[in-house]
Amino acid sequence: MLLNLYRSLWSYRGFILGSVKREFQARYRNSLFGALWTVLNPLSMIVVYTVIFSQIMRARLPGVEDGLAYSVYLCAGLLTWGLFAEITTRSQSMFLENANLLKKISFPRICLPVIALLNAGINFAIIMGLFFGFLLISGRLPGMALLALIPLLILQVMFAAGLGMILGVLNVFFRDVGQLFGICLQFWFWLTPIVYPVSILPSGIQELIRLNPMTALMNSYQNVFLYNQWPDWNSLIPLMVIGLLFCVMALRLFRQRVGEMVDEL
Amino acid sequence: MGHIRVSGLGKAYKQYPNRWSRLVEWMVPFAGTHHHLHWILQGVDFEIKPGEAVGIVGVNGAGKSTLLKMITGTTQPTCGQIQLEGRVAALLELGMGFHPDFTGRQNVFMAGQLLGMQIEEIEALMPEIESFAEIGDAIDQPVRTYSSGMQMRLAFSVATARRPDILIVDEALSVGDAYFQHKSFDRIRNFRKAGTTLLIVSHDRSAIQSICDTAILLENGRMAMHGKPEEVMDYYNAMLAQREGQTVRQEMLANGQVQTISGTGEAGILSVRLLDAQGRSVEVAEVGQPMVLEVQTEVREDIERLILGFMIKDRLGQAIYGINTHRLDKPVTDLSAGERVTFRFAFDMRLGKGNYSVALSLSRLDSHLDRNFEWRDYGLVFHVINNRQEDFVGCSWLQAQTTITRSSESVVQTEVSQ
Repeated sequence: MLLNLYRSLWSYRGFILGSVKREFQARYRNSLFGALWTVLNPLSMIVVYTVIFSQIMRARLPGVEDGLAYSVYLCAGLLTWGLFAEITTRSQSMFLENANLLKKISFPRICLPVIALLNAGINFAIIMGLFFGFLLISGRLPGMALLALIPLLILQVMFAAGLGMILGVLNVFFRDVGQLFGICLQFWFWLTPIVYPVSILPSGIQELIRLNPMTALMNSYQNVFLYNQWPDWNSLIPLMVIGLLFCVMALRLFRQRVGEMVDEL
Repeated sequence: MGHIRVSGLGKAYKQYPNRWSRLVEWMVPFAGTHHHLHWILQGVDFEIKPGEAVGIVGVNGAGKSTLLKMITGTTQPTCGQIQLEGRVAALLELGMGFHPDFTGRQNVFMAGQLLGMQIEEIEALMPEIESFAEIGDAIDQPVRTYSSGMQMRLAFSVATARRPDILIVDEALSVGDAYFQHKSFDRIRNFRKAGTTLLIVSHDRSAIQSICDTAILLENGRMAMHGKPEEVMDYYNAMLAQREGQTVRQEMLANGQVQTISGTGEAGILSVRLLDAQGRSVEVAEVGQPMVLEVQTEVREDIERLILGFMIKDRLGQAIYGINTHRLDKPVTDLSAGERVTFRFAFDMRLGKGNYSVALSLSRLDSHLDRNFEWRDYGLVFHVINNRQEDFVGCSWLQAQTTITRSSESVVQTEVSQ
């Protein structure tokens, strides 16, 4: 079955790559500043958070006496969370948004999640490129620990794609799913130590926050960027298990419901 | 290549009694099914051999589109099997996936990729696509500036850029101007000659009869008939006529206005038939064939004068020919209730090929405005085909007599005189 999916993806690679390219172009076709907006959005968010938390609320990272350190901490979490949020929200709406195409043209449906994934990936790559530029200029580029980003990102994308696909299929049948997940994502963001370090919380709540599988992932990113520290791989096992589970469930759900889906659109 | 085998095919949509029942069905183990199936199509079996052309007919909602969608693979069948051999191209939703902000050329690539082609393939086909679409420099303009006809041209050119083994055509194809329609039909014919299997949905009798080897009639989601195009179309038209008759009657009962105009319906039409020279009732007439329009009427109350009028209209509703018995100076007078009057109008079918309908009126005077006993649109629908006479265009057969004189000397003389 996986082989079949792969085969149809390969034969429609032109369509997938073309769609990714066109979506990217379409977004900036009638805007004057083009790709700049991809950058300005998260940039403004980082500025807002940095100003509010590190300047106004005087938040400091424990043990680091450096104004920029907080910005790096924030970016490490915020940008990677951005990738997670974009993959899941895009995936949950991809079938609904392409309802017309699905109803009228026969093509491998598995192309859609792949396109959503690649689009999110491109945006992430642009932002990451800028972040690395900033790290380089400010002389904060971490060392070898950066290699840990590769497995971390693979893990994150797997988790996000699995979850997104499940939401995408469910959203076709129960439109509440999309609404609900939007709200959940908000809570999830604030229940994950991205804007604040987990150490500022009371110890009881710290334990609760650690139950969130995304906490370990975000910590790993932050440690890589801020302290050039290798992740604690054991802490990532829950995320990996859940991620794998999601992927298996997603593929099963997709295969079972892909035909019925068209009838519901 | 080009083989289509459909067996036991059926399609049903799930219907849930309320919005929660699907959740219950999915989430609660052993809850059983909470939906019932609404069947759109059931028990469809047929086989189409390579190179064969098959027409699918049926009224709206008979399941034609669902059948085609299942064959193209957009919708999955609920039961049964479809076996296809070879590459399928569908001209169902032309221009789907065109993005208005991109140029025609970019959209060609997009549409081609959606059909599973690679960039290099599309590049190779591009000149051919451009020349067939004949939209000139507009190919490099954004598609939002296109007229719908231009979009159609481009979409058709892409969809048929490669000869498919199986081509599925919906009647929606008949958009675009006459020139392009002709051109696209030529291309479809050429594909056929080259061995493409053709599956075509149309209401156009002449299209089905001129292209197809067999026809399939769908009725209420079932295969009502599979046979020669002429037989199937005759049956289909009879079915239609029956339906139309019913709706007319229902409308007349429901619509008070009709009744006020027609008074109490002192006279009514019982039947309308088109008869050939042998007196057989037909729905298809040959150009030039002598025909009789026979109308049976019933007098329900005593009336002093009865005029029957008929009007033949083309498929656009334009009057082609109309006459009544007042103008023919054949009024029927002093009728008593219970009498039956049969009118026969004999004429030669000097009409061009196409679909025509006959509207009828029963009244007292020349105009039906005074006392309108009954007015009936679509009293009869018939087709004119042309297999015997010269192939002319237009709606009337003037039977031109041709004399041609050639004289080369006079031309020489005029030159000399200059």
